[in-house]
Amino acid sequence: MAGPMKMRATLGNGFTDVRVLMTHPMSTEQQTKGQPHFIQNVTVKVNGKTVIEGEISQAVSRNPVFSFRLAGGAKGDKIEVSWLDNKGDTNKTEAAVA
Amino acid sequence: MNGVRRKLLALLAAGVLNPIAAWAATWNKDAFSAKNAGDALKNLGAASPQPSGDIVIEAPQIAENGAVVPIEITSRIPNTTSIAVLVDKNPYPLVGRFDFKEGALPFLKVNAKMGETSEVRVVASAGGRHYVATKEIKVTIGGCGG
Repeated sequence: MAGPMKMRATLGNGFTDVRVLMTHPMSTEQQTKGQPHFIQNVTVKVNGKTVIEGEISQAVSRNPVFSFRLAGGAKGDKIEVSWLDNKGDTNKTEAAVA
Repeated sequence: MNGVRRKLLALLAAGVLNPIAAWAATWNKDAFSAKNAGDALKNLGAASPQPSGDIVIEAPQIAENGAVVPIEITSRIPNTTSIAVLVDKNPYPLVGRFDFKEGALPFLKVNAKMGETSEVRVVASAGGRHYVATKEIKVTIGGCGG
């Protein structure tokens, strides 16, 4: 179930820009007659330390794309983004800041 | 000494025997199940947020496709620790809530589904206080149905 993820982390002016794509149906109650399937938790880590924790609903679009910003940052910092959905599926991806 | 060892063992056991808990996944079911924005905010512990001009919402005024409405949020409120996004007229208004810890900036871009034209409400929390900004987005084709 856990489709591929894509992530890009680049240095901006005093911050790190993180863009991440998750492959997920994000189906709603209305679409599935009461059996929605959607990501509930999103976690962003920098060099192993959790910096953002998100809880989301079925109202996030299919194949979610998020942008986050991290304070400062340096080339080579390791960014990890993971998700967990309402059926217990999970996935994660890693990228170094470029 | 023994007490410390016992505590360590207890921590280890909690982590090893319960991988789901180790994920530390919490999901505020009450807030996400709320059918209006007021109840969702109450369940988030942010019942009556104060209007603020320091929450910037960038989103299209008219969204042609309600299935993918890009919403970009920046909080200029110092020490913002969390941002919640709600679409008032969705069946379940709460779209998401993000906690920003040390090292993260209070910025977020997310694509949301919108069933119909609605106010989008963004609530930022800082220092135990809650602030809100709203923006109306018109939707020509809804994104929640099929």
